[in-house]
Amino acid sequence: MATIHVDGKEYEVDAQKNLLEVCLSLGMNLPYFCWHPALGSVGACRQCAVKQFKDESDTRGRIVMACMTPAADGTRISISDPEAVAFRETIIELLMENHPHDCPICDEGGECHLQDMTVMTGHTYRRFRFDKRTYDNQYLGPLINHEMNRCIQCYRCVRFYRDFAGGRDFDVFSAHDHVYFGRHQDGVLENEFSGNLVEVCPTGVFTDKTFKEHFTRKWDLQTAPSVCVHCGLGCNTTPGERYGELRRVRNRYNAEVNGYFLCDRGRYGYEFVNSELRIRQPRLNLTANGGGEVVTPEAAVRHVAGLLKEGKGAIGIGSPRASLEANFALRTLVGPDRFFGGWSELEGGLAARARALLRGGPARSTSLREAEEADAILVLGEDLTNTAPMLALSLRQAVRREPARRAAALKIPAWDDAAVRELTQDDKGPLFVATPSRTKLDDVSRETFRAAPQDIARLGFAIAHLLDERSPEVAYLSASDAELAGRIADALRRAEHPLIVSGTSCADETVMEAAAHVAWALCGLNKPAGLCLTLPEPNSLGLAMMEVPGLEAAAHALAESGGGTLIVLENDLARRAGDKAVRSLLESAGHVVVIDHLENPMTASAEVVLPAATFAEGDGTLVNNEGRAQRFFQVFVPEGDVQESWRWVSALMAFDDPPRVDWPALDSITSALAASLPAFAGVAEAASPSSFRLVGQKIPRQPHRYSGRTAMLANLSVHEPKPPDDPDTALSFSMEGATIEPPPSLLADYWSPGWNSVQALNKFQAEVGGELRGGVVGRRLIEPASDAAPNYVAHVPAPFKPRSDEALVIPLYHIFGSEELSVQAAGVAELAPGAYLALNPDDAARVGLQSDAVADLVLDERKYRLMVRLDPSIPVGIAGLPVGLDGLPGHATSGWGRVAPAAAAEE
Amino acid sequence: METPLTKNLQPGGIPLPIREFETAGGYQAVRKALGSMKPEDVTETVKQSTLQGRGGAGFPTGLKWSFVPMGEQAPHPKYLVCNADEMEPGTFKDRVLLEGDPHSIIEGMIVSAYAIQADVGYVFLRWEYRLADERLRRAIAEAYQAGYLGKNILGSGWSFELYLHVSAGRYMCGEETGLLNSLEGKRATPRSKPPYPQVSGLWGKPTIVNNVETLANVPHIVNNGAEWFRGLSRSPDAGTKLYGVSGKVNRPGVWELPMGTTVREILEEHAGGMRPGLKFRGVIPGGASTDFLVEEHLDIPMDFASIQKAGSRLGTGTMIVLDDRTCPVAMVHNLEHFFAQESCGWCTPCREGLPWTEKLLKAIEDGQGDEGDLELLERHSKLLGPGHTFCALAPGAVEPLQSAMRYFREDFERHITEKRCPWR
Repeated sequence: MATIHVDGKEYEVDAQKNLLEVCLSLGMNLPYFCWHPALGSVGACRQCAVKQFKDESDTRGRIVMACMTPAADGTRISISDPEAVAFRETIIELLMENHPHDCPICDEGGECHLQDMTVMTGHTYRRFRFDKRTYDNQYLGPLINHEMNRCIQCYRCVRFYRDFAGGRDFDVFSAHDHVYFGRHQDGVLENEFSGNLVEVCPTGVFTDKTFKEHFTRKWDLQTAPSVCVHCGLGCNTTPGERYGELRRVRNRYNAEVNGYFLCDRGRYGYEFVNSELRIRQPRLNLTANGGGEVVTPEAAVRHVAGLLKEGKGAIGIGSPRASLEANFALRTLVGPDRFFGGWSELEGGLAARARALLRGGPARSTSLREAEEADAILVLGEDLTNTAPMLALSLRQAVRREPARRAAALKIPAWDDAAVRELTQDDKGPLFVATPSRTKLDDVSRETFRAAPQDIARLGFAIAHLLDERSPEVAYLSASDAELAGRIADALRRAEHPLIVSGTSCADETVMEAAAHVAWALCGLNKPAGLCLTLPEPNSLGLAMMEVPGLEAAAHALAESGGGTLIVLENDLARRAGDKAVRSLLESAGHVVVIDHLENPMTASAEVVLPAATFAEGDGTLVNNEGRAQRFFQVFVPEGDVQESWRWVSALMAFDDPPRVDWPALDSITSALAASLPAFAGVAEAASPSSFRLVGQKIPRQPHRYSGRTAMLANLSVHEPKPPDDPDTALSFSMEGATIEPPPSLLADYWSPGWNSVQALNKFQAEVGGELRGGVVGRRLIEPASDAAPNYVAHVPAPFKPRSDEALVIPLYHIFGSEELSVQAAGVAELAPGAYLALNPDDAARVGLQSDAVADLVLDERKYRLMVRLDPSIPVGIAGLPVGLDGLPGHATSGWGRVAPAAAAEE
Repeated sequence: METPLTKNLQPGGIPLPIREFETAGGYQAVRKALGSMKPEDVTETVKQSTLQGRGGAGFPTGLKWSFVPMGEQAPHPKYLVCNADEMEPGTFKDRVLLEGDPHSIIEGMIVSAYAIQADVGYVFLRWEYRLADERLRRAIAEAYQAGYLGKNILGSGWSFELYLHVSAGRYMCGEETGLLNSLEGKRATPRSKPPYPQVSGLWGKPTIVNNVETLANVPHIVNNGAEWFRGLSRSPDAGTKLYGVSGKVNRPGVWELPMGTTVREILEEHAGGMRPGLKFRGVIPGGASTDFLVEEHLDIPMDFASIQKAGSRLGTGTMIVLDDRTCPVAMVHNLEHFFAQESCGWCTPCREGLPWTEKLLKAIEDGQGDEGDLELLERHSKLLGPGHTFCALAPGAVEPLQSAMRYFREDFERHITEKRCPWR
């Protein structure tokens, strides 16, 4: 701790920070541009100038930059010193020299950091009378808009893109007053985190291009705290709506999970909520012709209740992308033994195994923030940039941990970003990536290992055995593989915070087992090793915690029921299993009821279709891969008869006499879940309950400047309607409510007087860059079994043996294209590659295939016609089949397949 | 008068090849340092000599070297960089040494590198110095052949590799940390200090950057001793100095004179005074980024402290003379145009403020000046002060401007009131 003096008053501050950080943390309004809590200080913009005095008798002082001055004990500064105030105002004047008068037409207006800092410094009058410099803009892809004239050269964009996110195709050019940020030539930005530029940029240079399609001012957006549904990491988001349309998604800070950033899939995948494919009315289809007629919700529910009373019973198929409440409601309706996970036995088994591994040993399930702090990392089987993108971003920072220790020894503060990077150059801590094919993290890894899943598992087991003899030995390991295992074991052993990452992407449980073994072995050496297992969907782990069997069991149960009613919850089964299996499942059902949001083959043929609310239109709880239960809140009331899945199911149960459950609102289901399944005991703590009030009021979803309230529905009726009720949450669909800082789980939109941009977040953190004042959002439900001896497996998989006439087909993932919902957004779809089959060039040559030739793959009795992509990184004997692209199966497929040049006659 | 730095120069001729250089006493300092002195002894000798950096800042060289970590635990490789990116307008003293006696620089680098136990050296040469490029290349090859560079030099156990790096051509590369960034292949923007290059320099390793002329002094100090060096000058600042003069004088040029020679002596005795029909109005003593001195300052010694007391800086010691038939506004505009163009664009005041300054001066020069323009220029001069900007480029840029406005204010005002340049 250090004592500093600011404008005559004493404060106790953290001596490891710089003066800008501590002043902001103390709530002082000191303007800045180039400093960013995640990027550190560089001292370029000169905006945060304060006057520093040597001691009490020094009355003259000198101007210093707060962001570059350590908060050392005894420091004396003045923020209000007239010279400092004038200096800060002049910096704005200089930035305004060339800044275009775009505010009225600039997307950033109303949430613009430059606007805020201009007002804060008091600059008003323009004395520059010459011509402004202007630039040509570039096409940067479907997601980001480029308007360079607005640039104030804060350098944040290039520092984020290149230094933080590892991107290479974006840079700073030219010099003096013509500095330019862009690509060498127009083209799609390649980095998967480019969307963060729109929040990192303090002006309107980089703005959300998809938002432009349906733009509205920030103050006109209705928002609520939400969670991303496009992968298993559960990054927190703030979606914004107006006039019944979801307009955009912005980052919602969570100190433990996503921090300040989102991946592009999470930021831009929201358009499915507005899709024309949305089902908005219940439908009844009693003929075999498909289609069906629209009915009222009451009619639909009554019809289904009638089906349930038929006596043949009901089978419920849940979904790893539906909330805990939705899944639990269905489970309660049909009964635990008739409720199934809605995933293949393979997928379900993987998720169950992941859960067992996280509970079954001493290694702690790590959060994204903890991953960033790791100083030695082993990745087994995961192409993180595509399967869990924000984890890849965390690891890019983690590899700097170990080299950065030298900076501390030389007294270079951690926040002095340029100095730390200069000292550490390209040095990286140990990151080992073992995957079937190349990944984008390869460029920051110390060593890579390319092999079939079982060989990746064997490498993992070999490492574990070196660390703990009790872990099974690996026989028939090659000398080079054994040496590699030795090097990795050494690096992990020497680390202070080793991290082992794996997941379900290889479709092979042994890979995750091996990862767990390494982590447990390290714990045995008294290292606090973390285990991070990635899962594909927002509630994969939550569903696994309900201990549900998969689709095969469901088919079996359905067949046994002799024509029972099948209720499918938020699940396009065609993505889960082959056509044959799905058709057979549906045919053995007497009646099919589907609850979902988008039209798909299931909804086309179902007898009853009930329109489910998306994440933005309902409330629920999801459990991410860390085991953290997080609540997403309804952002807006949807059009039509859309409601939460659990509400539909609840309504069905109301027909029972006496009613089985009394679930008037969300909280009652959540508590029922906690009471019923011990694994979910803490789930209610994921967020403030619906009964929460601040000074007796709810928390408003609309900011106090929300406009048009009385006019927006005036075309329908001049009488302003009562705002919709919200029994499920402590939020209101209104501008009215408590304006005091809400608890963090209820905090979606950051605003503070004078701070209209995302920078207002500073005001809600106990210390800038740290936790929100109310604590961390979400509640971990899975903790390690620290006392238990590790549950090592008995045996290790056999080595992979390539076959001469078949290839082992393994799944490959794409951040854009593999995931079901995000690909509905035009921007994401544009970036999704076309379908292909990845082959090792030797394998391709052997069957007579060249690059871009067309091949036929026969796998699981299904034939795929695909363009060949030669990939030298893929081991011989293995073929990579991308998940979800262009009509390819949306589920992991793994098995032996035959590859041959496409039979020409069958064109 | 001893002139150790320029004794080998043959104006209009070629530099001494290595054998002749050795005969003239060259590389004796290398033998002496590596043969009979410890590295710390060399540093101590240079410290005692009170040699100050000749690149413009005047920081004590021996003191600078003493901050380099030494001993077993020191990080390696350590670097010695010769800043031969002479781009300060009006400055051409280093050029004379680089073209005329490249071996003297190499010798200086070897001895200095030995003092700090550097492993690798770079001469960072301005691209436009094509002749120096050629001659240095040849000299370095000769030095390697003779065993003065490379592994285990003269059997001392110490190795030193020397590379010539030619820059892509930007003024900012003359700034020590901008130079290091440029050498690393990055944009030539400066670094914040601390950490200093001695701690984290080239590629994060301990580095010393010295000016050409500074390094040229080192062998002579080692050969003849600190006291000898101090005795060469007439002033508290030790040694000789290469002084230069440009502008409309009779004999523009470079001369090696005792440190502390007066402005008048250099201008009148060596440069031959103003050309016929022209009167002296002012002089920028140390290159473009120093304040004007006028008539009343002519008898001030050209050393660091005296010039600073007079309100300017010694800088590089190469003077640009303003005559009475050259418009001061035009001269300052020309300089500000250079500085505005050479701004690297990293920090706001320099990036936006210098072009504004240049536009104002252009307007004034074109007779388009406004009433408030002079006040604006004064504000800019104060705004772009040391500590306000990220490096010293902008504070240097406003030195000629602020002093011109002080000494030639009437001329500025005439441009504005008469709506034209009175000199045209």
